[in-house]
Amino acid sequence: MSLLQVTDLQKYFPTYSQKLLRKEGAPVKAVDGLSLKLDPGETLGLVGESGCGKSTAGRTILRLLDPTGGKIEFEGKDITHAKGDELRRLRRDVQMVFQDPYGSLNPRHPVGAIIAAPFEIQGVTPAGGVKKAVQDLMARVGLNPEHYNRYPHEFSGGQRQRIGVARAIALKPKLVVCDEPVSALDVSIQAQVINLLEDIQEEENLAYVFIAHDLSVVRHISDRVMVMYLGRTMEVTDRDTLYERPMHPYTQALLSAVPVPEPRRDRERILLTGDLPSPQNPPSGCVFRTRCPKAEERCVVEIPLPIEIEPGHTVACHFPAARVVL
Amino acid sequence: MNNFLRVRDLKVHFPTDDGVVKAVDGLSFNLEKGKTLGIVGESGSGKSVTSLAVMGLHRGSRAQLSGEIWLDDQDLLKVSDEELRSLRGRKMAMIFQDPLSAMHPYYTVGTQLAEGLLVHSKVSKKAARTTVIEMLARVGIPNPDKRVDQYPHEFSGGMRQRAMIAMALINNPELLIADEPTTALDVTVQAQILDLMRDLQAEFGSAIIMITHDLGVVAEIADDVLVMYGGKAVEYAEVDDLFHQPDHPYTWGLLTSMPRLDRITQERLIPVAGNPPSLINIPPGCAFNPRCAFQEFAACACNEVVPELAESYPNHDSRCHIPVATRAQLFADSIAPRL
Repeated sequence: MSLLQVTDLQKYFPTYSQKLLRKEGAPVKAVDGLSLKLDPGETLGLVGESGCGKSTAGRTILRLLDPTGGKIEFEGKDITHAKGDELRRLRRDVQMVFQDPYGSLNPRHPVGAIIAAPFEIQGVTPAGGVKKAVQDLMARVGLNPEHYNRYPHEFSGGQRQRIGVARAIALKPKLVVCDEPVSALDVSIQAQVINLLEDIQEEENLAYVFIAHDLSVVRHISDRVMVMYLGRTMEVTDRDTLYERPMHPYTQALLSAVPVPEPRRDRERILLTGDLPSPQNPPSGCVFRTRCPKAEERCVVEIPLPIEIEPGHTVACHFPAARVVL
Repeated sequence: MNNFLRVRDLKVHFPTDDGVVKAVDGLSFNLEKGKTLGIVGESGSGKSVTSLAVMGLHRGSRAQLSGEIWLDDQDLLKVSDEELRSLRGRKMAMIFQDPLSAMHPYYTVGTQLAEGLLVHSKVSKKAARTTVIEMLARVGIPNPDKRVDQYPHEFSGGMRQRAMIAMALINNPELLIADEPTTALDVTVQAQILDLMRDLQAEFGSAIIMITHDLGVVAEIADDVLVMYGGKAVEYAEVDDLFHQPDHPYTWGLLTSMPRLDRITQERLIPVAGNPPSLINIPPGCAFNPRCAFQEFAACACNEVVPELAESYPNHDSRCHIPVATRAQLFADSIAPRL
């Protein structure tokens, strides 16, 4: 049984007119028909440009946002509309690490209280007491347990991100959604946090949904990778297949655009023109067609459905073709 | 002496209540026309402070500057405010990281672009507008004749950055400083912007200083690279040499801590231990010594003596106490196999 199964998830945000909250206009389809499966201990990378819905997807899966449609199952239990106590219980098993190590910690609370919050909210008393549990957690993520009484501003960005990780793993969850956990950090610090996440995963058999725009980091940490564009899934497969022979033109363009640290290496660049269309008014047919080098008449009228082209490799394109771009 | 920009022993110190912040501490580099210098470093390494010093944007602040910054035949640290103002925006220009805060939200994009023209050359408003529209078209903004009258918030992130580039290039500056111009952008847009900068450089022959923390961007666009750490250059080399024979433990650390897009190199990344130094309390000796894994190979005490920036190979300088031959050996044995 999968740990997490998401079927045809939708999250629409209504838009309002200027006049006194009158509902009107087309909704913003931030996530539109997302399906995924995640096994215990597995890492799924979720990549795409800003505005593609990857963060909204992560938050909706955790039920920080209410889904508009579709189904979310966690350990076989339907949690799509869980609320109240049921939702609070769910939070013991699913947690989140946020992008901004400055904004996601309350500046008025000492670190000890921040990391202890999950215990308090869930009414859990760990063996040996809360203080000991918190100090153990701090040691585990590489912080000095004596800094228990310090405030977030006394820590560096990398250390704050460690605090966020400690808080997320306090209740021994089974799934952690990491939303750009390292993008605010310097390169040398990034690696420290990535290694920490990998160590914890190994010890606890944690599953991660790892949301990031940095395709190199995603390649390093993921088992499988899903590429999103304008709220829809373009391609999902295991990470080696995705990077070595991607089949969707968007994946190919995305990979070819990333600069690699190797001068004078001639790589063919698939240049995308223009910007992301508005998710409020997405193009008809295939949402990527306005920037796709392969687009044809069929792409305008017919939405390409995700098709499993080979075992474990799903592509939503009318003209999929493997191509080496790296 | 055909170097267009020559920086000699530049120091930028900020006195604060807690002590002197030595943001840049003895930096020297050269830049020819038509070439691109990449400045790489982590936050707080002094790269942005350097660029602001070249642009003369520390004037009026409490910063204490010393050294020389020669642009052609003028020392930018000595020229009057008046002269500097006539250079800024005309002979040298800057692209900032965050175009939304670098542009004025109350004025149209066109007005802001035209300002540089109207200030520096005697053109009519009408002629300026025509030039602005041309420039917006050059940087790839669709419908420039409509866009010119829009406000910055009506532009997408990528377009705003294009408009910033257009603003910087409006007077064909000979020196262009780009401070993390693509950091806030998606990779597909970043690729467009880097291509654009390359094309414009080929056309106008400008000298470019590209400040970034992304070694991929540097590999793609730079001719020479300066790696900064704790306000000092630790390595200064041509781009090929820097990537094929990196010569400083900090550069090694940057390379091994970065996952690769194009291949799986290792199961675990090798981070640089510890945190970047505080610029008020720079560690004695080599600023990198508390984080360096190779101190045992050094010829003298790393935590006592400040190493000089010395030539290891022709046109390849680095600042390290480990003998050059040992460093080459260390790189070949323990770093190169992990890249």
